[in-house]
Amino acid sequence: MRANTWAGRNKVEVRDVPDPKILNKRDAIVRITSTAICGSDLHLVDGYVPTMQNGDVMGHEFMGEVVEVGSGVPGDKLRVGDRVVVPFPIACGACAACAAELYSCCENSNPNAGIAEKMFGHPVAGIFGYSHLTGGFAGGQAQYARVPFADVGPLKIESDLTDEQVLFLSDILPTGYMGAEMCDIQPSDVVAVWGAGPVGQFAMDSARVLGAAKVIAIDKEPYRLQMAERAGHTPVNFEEVDVRSRLLELTGGRGPDKCIDAVGMEASHGAAHIHAYDRIKQAVRSETERPHALRQAIMSCRSGGVVSVIGVYGGFLDKFPAGAWMNRSLTLRTGQCHVQRYMRPLLQRIESGEIDPTRIITHTLPLDEAERGFEIFKNKQDNCEKVVLKP
Amino acid sequence: MELTAATTIRKPPSEVYRFWRSWENLPTFMAHLEEVRTTGDRTSHWVAGAPFGKDVEWDAEIVDEAPGEKIAWRSTSDADVPNAGTVRFVPAPDGVSTEVQVVLTYDIPGGAVGKAVAKYFGEEPHQQLDDDLRRLKQVLETGEVVRSDGAPWGKRARKEFPQRPAQPLSDSELAKGADQ
Repeated sequence: MRANTWAGRNKVEVRDVPDPKILNKRDAIVRITSTAICGSDLHLVDGYVPTMQNGDVMGHEFMGEVVEVGSGVPGDKLRVGDRVVVPFPIACGACAACAAELYSCCENSNPNAGIAEKMFGHPVAGIFGYSHLTGGFAGGQAQYARVPFADVGPLKIESDLTDEQVLFLSDILPTGYMGAEMCDIQPSDVVAVWGAGPVGQFAMDSARVLGAAKVIAIDKEPYRLQMAERAGHTPVNFEEVDVRSRLLELTGGRGPDKCIDAVGMEASHGAAHIHAYDRIKQAVRSETERPHALRQAIMSCRSGGVVSVIGVYGGFLDKFPAGAWMNRSLTLRTGQCHVQRYMRPLLQRIESGEIDPTRIITHTLPLDEAERGFEIFKNKQDNCEKVVLKP
Repeated sequence: MELTAATTIRKPPSEVYRFWRSWENLPTFMAHLEEVRTTGDRTSHWVAGAPFGKDVEWDAEIVDEAPGEKIAWRSTSDADVPNAGTVRFVPAPDGVSTEVQVVLTYDIPGGAVGKAVAKYFGEEPHQQLDDDLRRLKQVLETGEVVRSDGAPWGKRARKEFPQRPAQPLSDSELAKGADQ
Protein backbone atom coordinates (compact mmCIF):
# COMPACT_ATOMS: atom_id res chain seq x y z
CA MET A 1 0.00 0.00 0.00
CA ARG A 2 0.98 3.68 -0.19
CA ALA A 3 1.74 5.47 3.07
CA ASN A 4 3.19 8.79 4.16
CA THR A 5 6.31 8.17 6.22
CA TRP A 6 8.76 10.11 8.37
CA ALA A 7 12.01 10.36 6.42
CA GLY A 8 14.19 12.32 8.82
CA ARG A 9 13.94 15.80 10.21
CA ASN A 10 11.88 18.15 8.02
CA LYS A 11 11.13 15.41 5.51
CA VAL A 12 8.17 13.15 4.80
CA GLU A 13 7.95 10.72 1.92
CA VAL A 14 5.07 8.73 0.45
CA ARG A 15 6.36 5.18 -0.05
CA ASP A 16 5.19 1.65 -0.78
CA VAL A 17 5.01 -0.36 2.45
CA PRO A 18 3.47 -3.76 3.31
CA ASP A 19 -0.29 -3.88 3.97
CA PRO A 20 -1.14 -4.06 7.68
CA LYS A 21 -2.09 -7.38 9.22
CA ILE A 22 -3.93 -8.49 12.33
CA LEU A 23 -1.36 -8.80 15.14
CA ASN A 24 -3.67 -9.05 18.16
CA LYS A 25 -7.08 -10.72 18.38
CA ARG A 26 -8.91 -7.48 19.06
CA ASP A 27 -7.44 -5.72 15.98
CA ALA A 28 -9.33 -4.55 12.92
CA ILE A 29 -7.97 -3.44 9.56
CA VAL A 30 -9.54 -0.26 8.16
CA ARG A 31 -9.44 0.84 4.52
CA ILE A 32 -8.91 4.56 4.89
CA THR A 33 -11.21 6.90 2.97
CA SER A 34 -10.10 10.20 4.54
CA THR A 35 -7.17 11.21 6.70
CA ALA A 36 -5.67 14.53 7.77
CA ILE A 37 -2.47 16.31 8.68
CA CYS A 38 -2.46 17.52 12.29
CA GLY A 39 -0.49 20.39 13.80
CA SER A 40 1.12 17.86 16.12
CA ASP A 41 2.46 16.01 13.04
CA LEU A 42 4.54 19.12 12.46
CA HIS A 43 6.21 18.70 15.87
CA LEU A 44 7.26 15.20 14.74
CA VAL A 45 8.51 16.37 11.36
CA ASP A 46 10.31 19.35 12.85
CA GLY A 47 12.21 16.91 15.05
CA TYR A 48 10.95 18.03 18.47
CA VAL A 49 9.51 14.69 19.52
CA PRO A 50 12.17 12.07 20.24
CA THR A 51 12.03 8.44 19.08
CA MET A 52 10.87 8.93 15.51
CA GLN A 53 12.43 6.52 13.02
CA ASN A 54 12.97 6.65 9.29
CA GLY A 55 10.04 4.80 7.71
CA ASP A 56 7.49 5.37 10.49
CA VAL A 57 4.02 5.68 8.95
CA MET A 58 2.54 8.99 10.10
CA GLY A 59 -0.99 10.15 10.78
CA HIS A 60 -3.45 9.85 13.67
CA GLU A 61 -6.61 11.41 12.21
CA PHE A 62 -8.35 8.91 9.96
CA MET A 63 -11.56 7.12 9.11
CA GLY A 64 -12.72 4.50 6.69
CA GLU A 65 -14.30 1.11 6.19
CA VAL A 66 -13.58 -1.99 8.27
CA VAL A 67 -12.22 -4.70 5.93
CA GLU A 68 -11.07 -7.30 8.47
CA VAL A 69 -11.63 -7.99 12.16
CA GLY A 70 -9.65 -10.19 14.54
CA SER A 71 -11.19 -13.20 16.30
CA GLY A 72 -11.48 -11.23 19.57
CA VAL A 73 -13.74 -8.47 18.22
CA PRO A 74 -17.38 -9.26 19.09
CA GLY A 75 -19.74 -8.95 16.11
CA ASP A 76 -22.07 -6.64 18.02
CA LYS A 77 -19.19 -4.18 18.40
CA LEU A 78 -17.71 -4.06 14.92
CA ARG A 79 -18.15 -5.89 11.63
CA VAL A 80 -16.56 -5.91 8.20
CA GLY A 81 -18.22 -3.15 6.16
CA ASP A 82 -18.79 -0.78 9.09
CA ARG A 83 -17.90 2.86 8.43
CA VAL A 84 -15.82 4.14 11.33
CA VAL A 85 -13.93 7.13 12.68
CA VAL A 86 -10.86 6.02 14.66
CA PRO A 87 -9.83 7.95 17.81
CA PHE A 88 -6.11 8.79 17.97
CA PRO A 89 -5.39 7.38 21.47
CA ILE A 90 -5.34 3.59 21.51
CA ALA A 91 -7.18 2.41 24.62
CA CYS A 92 -7.87 -1.09 26.00
CA GLY A 93 -11.11 -0.26 27.77
CA ALA A 94 -10.20 -2.50 30.73
CA CYS A 95 -7.53 -0.77 32.86
CA ALA A 96 -8.13 1.70 35.67
CA ALA A 97 -7.40 4.70 33.39
CA CYS A 98 -9.96 3.53 30.81
CA ALA A 99 -12.47 2.81 33.58
CA ALA A 100 -12.04 6.45 34.64
CA GLU A 101 -12.47 7.53 30.97
CA LEU A 102 -8.85 8.74 30.88
CA TYR A 103 -8.31 6.97 27.56
CA SER A 104 -5.13 8.82 26.52
CA CYS A 105 -3.53 7.48 29.71
CA CYS A 106 -4.47 3.84 28.97
CA GLU A 107 -2.16 1.59 30.97
CA ASN A 108 -2.00 -1.26 28.47
CA SER A 109 -1.93 0.07 24.90
CA ASN A 110 1.68 1.23 24.75
CA PRO A 111 4.18 -1.61 24.15
CA ASN A 112 6.95 0.95 24.70
CA ALA A 113 5.64 1.99 28.12
CA GLY A 114 9.20 1.66 29.46
CA ILE A 115 10.41 4.48 27.19
CA ALA A 116 7.43 6.71 27.98
CA GLU A 117 7.90 6.11 31.68
CA LYS A 118 11.48 7.39 31.55
CA MET A 119 10.37 10.53 29.71
CA PHE A 120 7.13 11.27 31.56
CA GLY A 121 7.43 9.54 34.94
CA HIS A 122 4.52 7.24 34.15
CA PRO A 123 3.58 5.71 30.79
CA VAL A 124 0.97 7.08 28.38
CA ALA A 125 -1.33 5.37 25.89
CA GLY A 126 -0.32 4.21 22.46
CA ILE A 127 -1.07 6.70 19.66
CA PHE A 128 -1.19 6.00 15.92
CA GLY A 129 1.75 7.34 13.90
CA TYR A 130 3.16 9.37 16.75
CA SER A 131 6.70 8.22 17.60
CA HIS A 132 7.93 5.12 19.40
CA LEU A 133 7.44 6.88 22.73
CA THR A 134 3.72 6.31 22.20
CA GLY A 135 4.06 2.72 21.06
CA GLY A 136 5.50 2.66 17.55
CA PHE A 137 2.10 2.15 15.91
CA ALA A 138 1.90 2.70 12.15
CA GLY A 139 -0.35 5.67 11.44
CA GLY A 140 -3.29 6.51 9.24
CA GLN A 141 -1.83 8.64 6.44
CA ALA A 142 -2.03 5.48 4.37
CA GLN A 143 -4.42 3.35 2.38
CA TYR A 144 -4.96 0.93 5.28
CA ALA A 145 -4.35 0.89 9.03
CA ARG A 146 -4.33 -1.71 11.75
CA VAL A 147 -6.56 -0.58 14.64
CA PRO A 148 -5.88 -2.32 17.99
CA PHE A 149 -8.69 -2.70 20.54
CA ALA A 150 -11.15 -2.21 17.69
CA ASP A 151 -14.01 -3.19 20.02
CA VAL A 152 -13.29 -0.11 22.17
CA GLY A 153 -12.23 2.87 20.05
CA PRO A 154 -13.79 3.17 16.59
CA LEU A 155 -17.05 5.12 16.33
CA LYS A 156 -19.52 3.70 13.81
CA ILE A 157 -21.08 6.30 11.50
CA GLU A 158 -24.53 5.05 10.56
CA SER A 159 -25.98 8.25 9.09
CA ASP A 160 -25.19 9.79 5.71
CA LEU A 161 -22.87 12.50 7.07
CA THR A 162 -19.88 13.09 4.78
CA ASP A 163 -16.32 12.09 5.70
CA GLU A 164 -15.47 15.79 6.05
CA GLN A 165 -18.24 16.26 8.64
CA VAL A 166 -17.08 13.43 10.92
CA LEU A 167 -13.34 12.95 10.23
CA PHE A 168 -12.26 15.44 12.89
CA LEU A 169 -13.99 13.42 15.61
CA SER A 170 -10.74 11.42 15.50
CA ASP A 171 -8.78 14.16 17.25
CA ILE A 172 -9.04 17.90 16.77
CA LEU A 173 -12.74 18.45 17.44
CA PRO A 174 -12.71 16.49 20.73
CA THR A 175 -9.33 18.06 21.59
CA GLY A 176 -10.69 21.58 21.11
CA TYR A 177 -13.86 20.63 22.99
CA MET A 178 -11.94 19.18 25.94
CA GLY A 179 -9.89 22.40 26.05
CA ALA A 180 -13.13 24.35 26.53
CA GLU A 181 -14.71 21.78 28.85
CA MET A 182 -11.72 21.92 31.21
CA CYS A 183 -12.45 25.67 31.57
CA ASP A 184 -15.73 24.95 33.38
CA ILE A 185 -17.32 27.80 31.40
CA GLN A 186 -19.90 30.09 33.06
CA PRO A 187 -22.30 32.37 31.13
CA SER A 188 -20.33 35.48 32.16
CA ASP A 189 -16.97 34.11 31.02
CA VAL A 190 -14.65 35.68 28.47
CA VAL A 191 -12.53 32.90 27.00
CA ALA A 192 -9.26 33.66 25.21
CA VAL A 193 -7.76 31.06 22.91
CA TRP A 194 -4.08 31.19 21.92
CA GLY A 195 -3.70 29.75 18.42
CA ALA A 196 -6.26 29.97 15.62
CA GLY A 197 -5.14 26.75 13.97
CA PRO A 198 -7.61 23.87 13.60
CA VAL A 199 -7.64 22.89 17.30
CA GLY A 200 -7.89 26.53 18.39
CA GLN A 201 -10.85 27.12 16.04
CA PHE A 202 -12.66 24.11 17.55
CA ALA A 203 -11.81 25.24 21.08
CA MET A 204 -13.42 28.60 20.22
CA ASP A 205 -16.54 26.98 18.74
CA SER A 206 -16.77 24.69 21.77
CA ALA A 207 -16.42 27.61 24.20
CA ARG A 208 -19.34 29.28 22.40
CA VAL A 209 -21.42 26.10 22.47
CA LEU A 210 -20.69 25.76 26.21
CA GLY A 211 -22.08 29.25 26.78
CA ALA A 212 -19.15 31.69 26.97
CA ALA A 213 -20.10 35.38 26.80
CA LYS A 214 -17.22 36.24 24.49
CA VAL A 215 -14.49 34.26 22.74
CA ILE A 216 -11.17 35.85 21.74
CA ALA A 217 -8.81 34.41 19.12
CA ILE A 218 -5.06 35.18 19.39
CA ASP A 219 -2.78 34.47 16.42
CA LYS A 220 -0.56 36.29 13.94
CA GLU A 221 -1.91 34.95 10.63
CA PRO A 222 -4.55 37.35 9.30
CA TYR A 223 -6.36 34.58 7.38
CA ARG A 224 -6.67 32.44 10.50
CA LEU A 225 -7.95 35.37 12.52
CA GLN A 226 -10.44 36.17 9.75
CA MET A 227 -11.63 32.57 9.84
CA ALA A 228 -12.23 32.91 13.59
CA GLU A 229 -13.95 36.26 13.10
CA ARG A 230 -16.29 34.81 10.48
CA ALA A 231 -17.30 32.20 13.08
CA GLY A 232 -18.19 35.02 15.49
CA HIS A 233 -15.02 35.22 17.61
CA THR A 234 -13.00 38.39 18.42
CA PRO A 235 -9.54 38.49 16.75
CA VAL A 236 -6.32 39.74 18.37
CA ASN A 237 -3.18 39.83 16.22
CA PHE A 238 -0.12 39.51 18.47
CA GLU A 239 2.14 40.97 15.82
CA GLU A 240 0.08 44.15 15.72
CA VAL A 241 -0.90 44.75 19.35
CA ASP A 242 0.38 43.98 22.84
CA VAL A 243 -1.70 40.96 23.77
CA ARG A 244 -2.01 41.63 27.50
CA SER A 245 -3.07 45.26 26.96
CA ARG A 246 -5.57 44.31 24.28
CA LEU A 247 -7.03 41.56 26.47
CA LEU A 248 -7.43 44.08 29.33
CA GLU A 249 -9.26 46.43 26.95
CA LEU A 250 -11.56 43.65 25.81
CA THR A 251 -12.38 42.56 29.39
CA GLY A 252 -12.82 45.85 31.23
CA GLY A 253 -9.40 45.46 32.83
CA ARG A 254 -10.12 42.02 34.37
CA GLY A 255 -8.29 39.75 31.96
CA PRO A 256 -9.95 36.71 30.38
CA ASP A 257 -11.67 34.42 32.89
CA LYS A 258 -10.51 31.33 31.05
CA CYS A 259 -7.47 30.91 28.81
CA ILE A 260 -6.79 28.07 26.39
CA ASP A 261 -3.30 27.29 25.03
CA ALA A 262 -3.90 25.66 21.63
CA VAL A 263 -0.33 26.29 20.48
CA GLY A 264 2.10 24.12 22.43
CA MET A 265 5.80 23.61 22.11
CA GLU A 266 6.61 25.53 18.95
CA ALA A 267 5.10 28.91 19.66
CA SER A 268 6.12 32.14 17.97
CA HIS A 269 6.59 35.27 20.01
CA GLY A 270 5.99 38.86 18.96
CA ALA A 271 9.20 39.97 20.70
CA ALA A 272 12.19 38.76 18.70
CA HIS A 273 14.60 38.52 21.63
CA ILE A 274 12.31 36.27 23.65
CA HIS A 275 11.67 34.06 20.64
CA ALA A 276 15.44 33.83 20.04
CA TYR A 277 16.07 32.88 23.69
CA ASP A 278 13.81 29.84 23.55
CA ARG A 279 14.66 28.94 19.96
CA ILE A 280 18.36 28.72 20.85
CA LYS A 281 17.74 26.76 24.05
CA GLN A 282 15.58 24.38 21.99
CA ALA A 283 18.28 24.05 19.32
CA VAL A 284 20.93 23.06 21.83
CA ARG A 285 18.40 20.80 23.57
CA SER A 286 18.57 22.57 26.92
CA GLU A 287 14.81 22.93 26.79
CA THR A 288 12.44 21.10 24.48
CA GLU A 289 9.66 23.71 24.33
CA ARG A 290 9.06 27.30 23.27
CA PRO A 291 6.26 28.00 25.69
CA HIS A 292 5.38 31.62 24.86
CA ALA A 293 1.67 30.99 24.54
CA LEU A 294 1.52 29.21 27.88
CA ARG A 295 3.50 31.95 29.64
CA GLN A 296 1.32 34.67 28.14
CA ALA A 297 -1.90 32.80 28.98
CA ILE A 298 -0.83 32.51 32.62
CA MET A 299 0.18 36.18 32.84
CA SER A 300 -3.05 37.32 31.13
CA CYS A 301 -5.63 35.19 32.93
CA ARG A 302 -7.68 36.92 35.61
CA SER A 303 -6.98 35.91 39.21
CA GLY A 304 -8.77 32.71 40.11
CA GLY A 305 -9.17 31.80 36.44
CA VAL A 306 -8.41 28.60 34.56
CA VAL A 307 -5.58 28.03 32.08
CA SER A 308 -6.40 25.00 29.95
CA VAL A 309 -3.58 23.48 27.91
CA ILE A 310 -4.32 21.38 24.81
CA GLY A 311 -1.31 22.47 22.74
CA VAL A 312 1.23 19.66 22.80
CA TYR A 313 4.28 19.68 25.06
CA GLY A 314 6.83 16.88 24.94
CA GLY A 315 9.51 17.50 27.49
CA PHE A 316 10.81 20.35 29.61
CA LEU A 317 10.47 24.11 29.55
CA ASP A 318 11.91 26.95 31.55
CA LYS A 319 10.85 30.44 32.62
CA PHE A 320 7.52 29.05 33.75
CA PRO A 321 5.67 31.90 35.52
CA ALA A 322 5.10 29.97 38.71
CA GLY A 323 4.70 33.15 40.72
CA ALA A 324 1.71 34.36 38.70
CA TRP A 325 0.21 30.90 38.76
CA MET A 326 0.55 30.42 42.51
CA ASN A 327 -0.07 33.91 43.87
CA ARG A 328 -3.13 34.55 41.70
CA SER A 329 -4.89 31.26 42.42
CA LEU A 330 -4.85 30.05 38.83
CA THR A 331 -5.92 26.53 37.97
CA LEU A 332 -3.87 24.77 35.33
CA ARG A 333 -5.64 21.92 33.56
CA THR A 334 -4.40 19.81 30.70
CA GLY A 335 -4.29 16.45 28.95
CA GLN A 336 -3.98 14.67 25.66
CA CYS A 337 -7.60 14.38 24.65
CA HIS A 338 -9.60 11.41 25.93
CA VAL A 339 -11.24 11.24 22.51
CA GLN A 340 -13.40 8.16 23.17
CA ARG A 341 -15.22 10.14 25.89
CA TYR A 342 -16.35 12.88 23.48
CA MET A 343 -17.02 11.17 20.14
CA ARG A 344 -20.70 10.33 20.62
CA PRO A 345 -21.83 13.61 22.19
CA LEU A 346 -19.92 15.60 19.56
CA LEU A 347 -21.38 13.49 16.75
CA GLN A 348 -24.78 14.55 18.06
CA ARG A 349 -23.74 18.21 18.02
CA ILE A 350 -22.60 17.79 14.40
CA GLU A 351 -25.88 16.09 13.46
CA SER A 352 -27.88 18.86 15.11
CA GLY A 353 -25.85 21.55 13.28
CA GLU A 354 -24.47 23.14 16.46
CA ILE A 355 -20.89 22.61 15.27
CA ASP A 356 -19.74 22.57 11.62
CA PRO A 357 -16.31 20.92 11.52
CA THR A 358 -15.99 21.43 7.75
CA ARG A 359 -15.49 25.17 8.14
CA ILE A 360 -11.74 24.76 8.72
CA ILE A 361 -10.92 22.62 5.65
CA THR A 362 -8.94 24.66 3.12
CA HIS A 363 -7.15 21.92 1.17
CA THR A 364 -8.02 18.43 -0.04
CA LEU A 365 -5.16 16.53 -1.67
CA PRO A 366 -4.49 12.98 -2.81
CA LEU A 367 -2.37 10.98 -0.32
CA ASP A 368 0.49 10.92 -2.82
CA GLU A 369 0.76 14.70 -2.39
CA ALA A 370 1.20 14.48 1.40
CA GLU A 371 4.65 16.04 1.15
CA ARG A 372 3.17 19.15 -0.48
CA GLY A 373 0.40 19.16 2.11
CA PHE A 374 2.94 19.24 4.95
CA GLU A 375 4.84 22.02 3.19
CA ILE A 376 1.90 24.38 2.74
CA PHE A 377 0.46 23.60 6.19
CA LYS A 378 3.76 24.15 7.97
CA ASN A 379 4.61 27.35 6.10
CA LYS A 380 1.03 28.62 6.18
CA GLN A 381 1.07 29.06 2.43
CA ASP A 382 -2.05 29.53 0.34
CA ASN A 383 -4.04 30.42 3.48
CA CYS A 384 -3.76 26.80 4.62
CA GLU A 385 -5.73 25.90 7.75
CA LYS A 386 -6.42 22.18 7.41
CA VAL A 387 -5.33 19.58 4.87
CA VAL A 388 -7.46 16.48 4.24
CA LEU A 389 -5.75 13.66 2.36
CA LYS A 390 -7.57 11.12 0.18
CA PRO A 391 -5.79 7.75 -0.13
CA MET B 1 20.78 -9.74 43.30
CA GLU B 2 17.34 -8.80 44.58
CA LEU B 3 14.69 -7.29 42.31
CA THR B 4 11.39 -5.85 43.45
CA ALA B 5 8.53 -4.54 41.37
CA ALA B 6 4.82 -3.96 41.69
CA THR B 7 1.84 -3.38 39.46
CA THR B 8 -1.88 -2.93 40.00
CA ILE B 9 -4.22 -5.12 38.00
CA ARG B 10 -7.94 -4.50 37.69
CA LYS B 11 -8.89 -8.05 38.63
CA PRO B 12 -9.61 -9.57 42.06
CA PRO B 13 -6.72 -11.13 44.05
CA SER B 14 -8.19 -14.63 43.70
CA GLU B 15 -8.04 -14.44 39.90
CA VAL B 16 -4.51 -13.01 39.71
CA TYR B 17 -3.34 -15.60 42.24
CA ARG B 18 -4.90 -18.47 40.21
CA PHE B 19 -3.20 -17.23 37.03
CA TRP B 20 0.23 -17.04 38.68
CA ARG B 21 -0.20 -20.35 40.53
CA SER B 22 -0.69 -22.08 37.15
CA TRP B 23 3.08 -22.02 36.57
CA GLU B 24 2.56 -22.76 32.86
CA ASN B 25 1.33 -19.15 32.46
CA LEU B 26 4.59 -17.53 33.58
CA PRO B 27 6.35 -17.70 30.17
CA THR B 28 3.49 -15.71 28.56
CA PHE B 29 4.78 -12.60 30.32
CA MET B 30 8.23 -13.33 31.77
CA ALA B 31 10.81 -12.67 29.07
CA HIS B 32 13.55 -14.98 30.37
CA LEU B 33 11.35 -18.09 30.59
CA GLU B 34 10.74 -20.58 27.81
CA GLU B 35 8.64 -23.07 29.74
CA VAL B 36 7.48 -23.85 33.26
CA ARG B 37 5.87 -27.23 34.03
CA THR B 38 4.04 -28.32 37.14
CA THR B 39 5.64 -31.53 38.36
CA GLY B 40 3.91 -32.03 41.70
CA ASP B 41 1.78 -30.37 44.37
CA ARG B 42 4.53 -27.99 45.35
CA THR B 43 7.16 -28.66 42.70
CA SER B 44 7.76 -27.36 39.18
CA HIS B 45 10.39 -27.51 36.43
CA TRP B 46 11.62 -24.26 34.83
CA VAL B 47 13.34 -23.81 31.44
CA ALA B 48 15.02 -20.48 30.71
CA GLY B 49 14.75 -18.87 27.30
CA ALA B 50 17.52 -17.60 25.05
CA PRO B 51 18.06 -14.28 26.83
CA PHE B 52 19.06 -16.16 29.98
CA GLY B 53 21.58 -18.38 28.18
CA LYS B 54 20.82 -21.71 26.56
CA ASP B 55 20.04 -24.97 28.33
CA VAL B 56 19.50 -23.45 31.74
CA GLU B 57 16.90 -25.52 33.58
CA TRP B 58 16.06 -26.00 37.20
CA ASP B 59 13.50 -27.43 39.58
CA ALA B 60 11.67 -25.27 42.06
CA GLU B 61 9.50 -25.88 45.09
CA ILE B 62 6.94 -23.81 46.90
CA VAL B 63 8.17 -22.95 50.35
CA ASP B 64 5.24 -20.87 51.57
CA GLU B 65 1.76 -20.32 50.24
CA ALA B 66 -1.47 -18.64 51.31
CA PRO B 67 -4.11 -19.15 48.58
CA GLY B 68 -5.26 -15.84 47.10
CA GLU B 69 -2.60 -13.93 49.05
CA LYS B 70 0.94 -15.13 48.57
CA ILE B 71 3.23 -17.65 46.88
CA ALA B 72 6.92 -18.09 47.77
CA TRP B 73 9.21 -20.49 45.92
CA ARG B 74 12.88 -21.30 45.50
CA SER B 75 15.03 -23.33 43.19
CA THR B 76 16.22 -26.66 44.57
CA SER B 77 19.84 -27.45 45.32
CA ASP B 78 21.33 -28.20 41.90
CA ALA B 79 20.19 -25.07 39.97
CA ASP B 80 22.77 -23.35 37.72
CA VAL B 81 21.41 -20.00 38.84
CA PRO B 82 20.01 -20.44 42.34
CA ASN B 83 16.95 -18.23 42.65
CA ALA B 84 13.88 -17.59 44.74
CA GLY B 85 10.74 -15.53 44.47
CA THR B 86 7.81 -14.23 46.45
CA VAL B 87 4.65 -12.73 45.02
CA ARG B 88 1.93 -11.15 47.13
CA PHE B 89 -1.59 -10.38 45.94
CA VAL B 90 -2.90 -7.48 48.00
CA PRO B 91 -6.39 -5.99 47.56
CA ALA B 92 -6.00 -2.41 46.23
CA PRO B 93 -7.77 0.51 47.95
CA ASP B 94 -10.19 0.85 44.99
CA GLY B 95 -11.91 -2.38 46.05
CA VAL B 96 -11.69 -4.02 42.62
CA SER B 97 -7.98 -4.27 41.82
CA THR B 98 -5.00 -6.27 43.07
CA GLU B 99 -1.57 -4.94 43.93
CA VAL B 100 0.92 -7.54 42.72
CA GLN B 101 4.17 -7.23 44.69
CA VAL B 102 7.08 -9.33 43.47
CA VAL B 103 10.51 -9.98 44.96
CA LEU B 104 12.98 -12.12 42.98
CA THR B 105 16.46 -13.01 44.14
CA TYR B 106 19.19 -14.46 41.95
CA ASP B 107 22.49 -15.88 43.09
CA ILE B 108 24.49 -15.12 39.95
CA PRO B 109 27.34 -17.61 39.44
CA GLY B 110 30.64 -17.13 37.61
CA GLY B 111 31.29 -18.55 34.13
CA ALA B 112 29.28 -18.38 30.90
CA VAL B 113 25.87 -18.76 32.53
CA GLY B 114 26.56 -15.98 35.00
CA LYS B 115 27.75 -13.76 32.16
CA ALA B 116 24.58 -14.37 30.11
CA VAL B 117 22.36 -13.67 33.11
CA ALA B 118 24.27 -10.49 33.98
CA LYS B 119 24.01 -9.35 30.36
CA TYR B 120 20.28 -10.04 30.36
CA PHE B 121 19.70 -7.83 33.37
CA GLY B 122 22.08 -5.19 32.05
CA GLU B 123 22.51 -1.82 33.68
CA GLU B 124 18.94 -1.55 34.85
CA PRO B 125 18.00 -4.97 36.21
CA HIS B 126 14.64 -3.86 37.59
CA GLN B 127 13.52 -2.82 34.07
CA GLN B 128 13.15 -6.49 33.06
CA LEU B 129 10.85 -7.28 35.95
CA ASP B 130 8.90 -4.03 35.41
CA ASP B 131 8.33 -5.04 31.79
CA ASP B 132 7.36 -8.59 32.85
CA LEU B 133 4.69 -7.16 35.15
CA ARG B 134 3.44 -4.76 32.45
CA ARG B 135 2.89 -7.80 30.22
CA LEU B 136 1.18 -9.68 33.06
CA LYS B 137 -1.20 -6.73 33.38
CA GLN B 138 -1.82 -6.69 29.61
CA VAL B 139 -2.56 -10.43 29.55
CA LEU B 140 -4.94 -10.33 32.52
CA GLU B 141 -6.74 -7.09 31.60
CA THR B 142 -6.83 -7.33 27.79
CA GLY B 143 -6.24 -11.02 27.05
CA GLU B 144 -2.89 -10.75 25.28
CA VAL B 145 0.51 -9.08 25.15
CA VAL B 146 -0.03 -5.91 23.11
CA ARG B 147 1.95 -5.63 19.87
CA SER B 148 2.71 -2.63 17.66
CA ASP B 149 4.43 -2.38 14.30
CA GLY B 150 7.51 -0.85 15.92
CA ALA B 151 7.51 -3.44 18.76
CA PRO B 152 5.77 -6.45 17.23
CA TRP B 153 7.59 -9.25 19.02
CA GLY B 154 5.72 -9.31 22.30
CA LYS B 155 7.98 -10.43 25.12
CA ARG B 156 10.79 -11.06 22.63
CA ALA B 157 11.04 -7.29 22.08
CA ARG B 158 14.26 -6.75 23.96
CA LYS B 159 15.50 -3.59 22.38
CA GLU B 160 13.65 -0.45 23.34
CA PHE B 161 15.01 1.97 20.75
CA PRO B 162 15.84 2.11 17.92
CA GLN B 163 13.22 -0.47 16.99
CA ARG B 164 11.67 -1.67 13.78
CA PRO B 165 10.03 1.29 11.96
CA ALA B 166 6.35 1.84 12.79
CA GLN B 167 5.36 0.31 9.49
CA PRO B 168 3.30 -2.84 8.79
CA LEU B 169 5.18 -6.14 8.88
CA SER B 170 6.12 -8.01 5.70
CA ASP B 171 4.81 -11.58 5.32
CA SER B 172 8.17 -13.07 6.30
CA GLU B 173 8.40 -10.92 9.42
CA LEU B 174 4.84 -11.83 10.34
CA ALA B 175 5.69 -15.54 9.98
CA LYS B 176 8.16 -15.23 12.88
CA GLY B 177 5.20 -14.90 15.24
CA ALA B 178 5.15 -13.04 18.53
CA ASP B 179 5.97 -15.11 21.55
CA GLN B 180 8.02 -18.19 22.38
